Amino acid sequence: MLGARPAPVWLLAAGAIVGAAAVLPAAYLAVVVFGDLSAALETAFSSRAMETLLRTAMLTAAVVVTSVAIALPIGWLTVRTDLPGRRLWAVLCTLPLVIPSYVGAYLLVAALGPNGMLQEALGVHRLPSIYGFTGAWLVLTLFTYPLVLIPLRATLRRIDPQLEDAARAMGRGPLEVVRTVVLPQLWPVLAAGSLLVALFTISDFGAVSILRYRSFTSEIYIAYQSSFDRVAAAALGAVLVVAMLVLLFVSSRVRGSRRVHRLGPGTLRPARPYRLGRWRWPALAFCSLVVLVAFLLPVGVLIYWASKGISTGSTSWNTIAALGGNSLLIAAWAAAIGAIAALAVAALAVRYPSPVARLVERLSHAGYALPGILVALGLVFFATRAVPALYQTIALLVFAMTIHYLPLAIGPTASSLVQLSPRIEEAARGMGRGPAEVFRTITIPLARGGMMAGAALVFLHAMKELTVTLILSPIGFKTLATDIWTQTTYGFYEASAIPALVLLAVAAVPVYLLSEQGAAPP
Amino acid sequence: MSHPLSQRKRLLAALAVFAALVLLAGCGFSTEDSGGGSNEPDVEGITLYSGRIPAAIGPAVDSYEAKADRDVQVRFAETADLAATLVEEGDASPADVFFAQEPGAIAAVAEAGLLTELPRDILDRVPARYRDPEGRWVGVTGRARVIAYNRDVVAESELPPSPFGLTAPKWKDRVGWSPASSSMQEYVTALRARYGDDRTKQWLEEMVDNGAVSFPDNVTIRDAIAKGEIDVGLINHYYVAQAIGEEGPDYPVAVYFPPGGLGSLMLLTSVGVLESSDRKPEAFAFVRSLLSDRSQAFFTSSSKEYPLAKGVEPDPSLSVPVNKIPVSDSSLVDLKEIQGTIELMQESGAL
Repeated sequence: MLGARPAPVWLLAAGAIVGAAAVLPAAYLAVVVFGDLSAALETAFSSRAMETLLRTAMLTAAVVVTSVAIALPIGWLTVRTDLPGRRLWAVLCTLPLVIPSYVGAYLLVAALGPNGMLQEALGVHRLPSIYGFTGAWLVLTLFTYPLVLIPLRATLRRIDPQLEDAARAMGRGPLEVVRTVVLPQLWPVLAAGSLLVALFTISDFGAVSILRYRSFTSEIYIAYQSSFDRVAAAALGAVLVVAMLVLLFVSSRVRGSRRVHRLGPGTLRPARPYRLGRWRWPALAFCSLVVLVAFLLPVGVLIYWASKGISTGSTSWNTIAALGGNSLLIAAWAAAIGAIAALAVAALAVRYPSPVARLVERLSHAGYALPGILVALGLVFFATRAVPALYQTIALLVFAMTIHYLPLAIGPTASSLVQLSPRIEEAARGMGRGPAEVFRTITIPLARGGMMAGAALVFLHAMKELTVTLILSPIGFKTLATDIWTQTTYGFYEASAIPALVLLAVAAVPVYLLSEQGAAPP
Repeated sequence: MSHPLSQRKRLLAALAVFAALVLLAGCGFSTEDSGGGSNEPDVEGITLYSGRIPAAIGPAVDSYEAKADRDVQVRFAETADLAATLVEEGDASPADVFFAQEPGAIAAVAEAGLLTELPRDILDRVPARYRDPEGRWVGVTGRARVIAYNRDVVAESELPPSPFGLTAPKWKDRVGWSPASSSMQEYVTALRARYGDDRTKQWLEEMVDNGAVSFPDNVTIRDAIAKGEIDVGLINHYYVAQAIGEEGPDYPVAVYFPPGGLGSLMLLTSVGVLESSDRKPEAFAFVRSLLSDRSQAFFTSSSKEYPLAKGVEPDPSLSVPVNKIPVSDSSLVDLKEIQGTIELMQESGAL
């Protein structure tokens, strides 16, 4: 193992800077909590907080299980079988990720809610209620399962078919091969994807508030909205950080210390696709159903509203273009910086594991596990005190977005480093290259796939982000997401549909690249 | 995992983390003197934090800009989020003026000592019951709590004289409310002051038992009534007027001002000037402009809210005169009271 060598100082320094930046939201919570510790403890350990935590845990578990249940077959079908149009399905099945959860939730209510479009179309008196647990579960599953699907497809592409061939040659049936040879190789990536889904679920506020499921973020919201109690809000945020650490621990346990990089020599041979035969019909039906509910239905509602909005002639295309430009600017910067920052953290955690590196990696997930309001307030707190000249500038906004979504970039980058055998790097070192040169000429090029995937995920989420943008952007700076918010606050759904569609269109570009990630050999 | 070098690595990493933290935060904690310096906006004019959306205040801001030949930079966000932001910013806030959609938010900012006392002439623009007794904020418009109903399903004569009547079996599973919204909480706080905690809790429990449906806010209640999901709901009056403006006179939702007891209640949108502002005279001028006849007329005609400045007539569509709507005593905005309300609502299962 390369761990025998110490981490280069420059890498340690880079990792430390990123880590220090990424723990700022958690540090802010600590400052507030320790400002009034007894009140904070009372809130954090109240029976109500515990009960809500349990409700959130139930929702999270359910969302994770169904996300894997959707992503696993689709990933398998679109990478390893002769499913007709599998590349198209891969793109379509990844697209739901572009729909912000708050938009997805109100679209679902419009479509499937009481007296919604479906009920009108069917002409029935009453449909089963989508509010509460069911609706929140449905929306969060439908719009986050691609977080499992994307890395899963990339991994399926890269696993070595020789193992499967060997197993089949020894007389095992196809299903048994999947169970005994393929699935064990997928555990790490399923654990990583599930972690992202779980963290998204515990930090989401949009979907749970519209679908009326009282989860932990609702409690944080009540603390701010109603009693303006920053200590209570921070205490609840700290509980979320603890929950996040538990999730990370579980996830790392599942990943275990399995070795997932190839050992054999030679180039990776593309796997021969499985013949689906008659099974392609149920397979196509399954993919169609997912795409219909998670993508076509919400987009259909948006297009319907947009057409009503356009016919009233109130749309200013210049404004929309300016908003789109602003969204792009922020998202692109956050993605680029996020990818580089993630490389530092991932390289340290994967190649030079140490307790400190692990701690930095874990705490840097706090930005993603916390609702946007806490991330934003944390940066308000530090920026106004430490760097007032940067407060409410594009630079600070990009910085905030980067730390808010950093784990999305760390995951894929770390996966690609794990899959890459350290022996390649060792060999280069053995041939007399310095660590910096090895990093530049070997590690970065080979980790590029993961970094690109991470950057695309950060880009997507930054496009959709709302609360942090509202608080930390330069004054008067508006994005597609803030425009959607402005319109929907007063129920102007028709007017919100056009920026929402533009947002989906722009965000679809990285999603397309992400789904291609799994299609092309690495 | 223990080999000779890990000790050094750990030390180095710890040092680097510490250095970075110091770099980021260390210098900052000492710069808590006055605001100013970099907080000064580049453009000539004031900075407004607005919990109200552009459509609700745009023309009023424009008219000030034109008249005073000054820019107003506006940050739009949720009122509660802005209040929390102001508290974290403290003296370093770039904001000069805070325009709050809900009364609790501005009270919280005032309690944190962040609002300056307004000049007498501004305070005297509105009747005493529409402003902070200590003069730190002043009401701009009023929104009445009402019962909204679907007029295709419910006749106005069927509606009870106050929301207390909505616990009757007749209304089972037909009523929407928004316990998590601050306007509902303000209303419950007023009920507690008038009728006591026991009676209020009893009402809340009866509402819950009667199947009252919880929505996140006023707009979702209104839309649910329009769709026939529920038949009546407790909301602020002007959301319906806005929808009628959008959808036309066939819009199925109407409002009813319950005449009895605290049937309806006036909630204030309000404005205050930050103590940390370097542009207080301009900020005061802006507040005066919001309370001018012209802006007040805009507020009431466009969003159908009640104007609060003396001598300005409400929009003709507002059939219930402003003095018939009780206003919550300013002490009710006290945050401890709202905390008590939240606890009461949580105990009764409403929240």
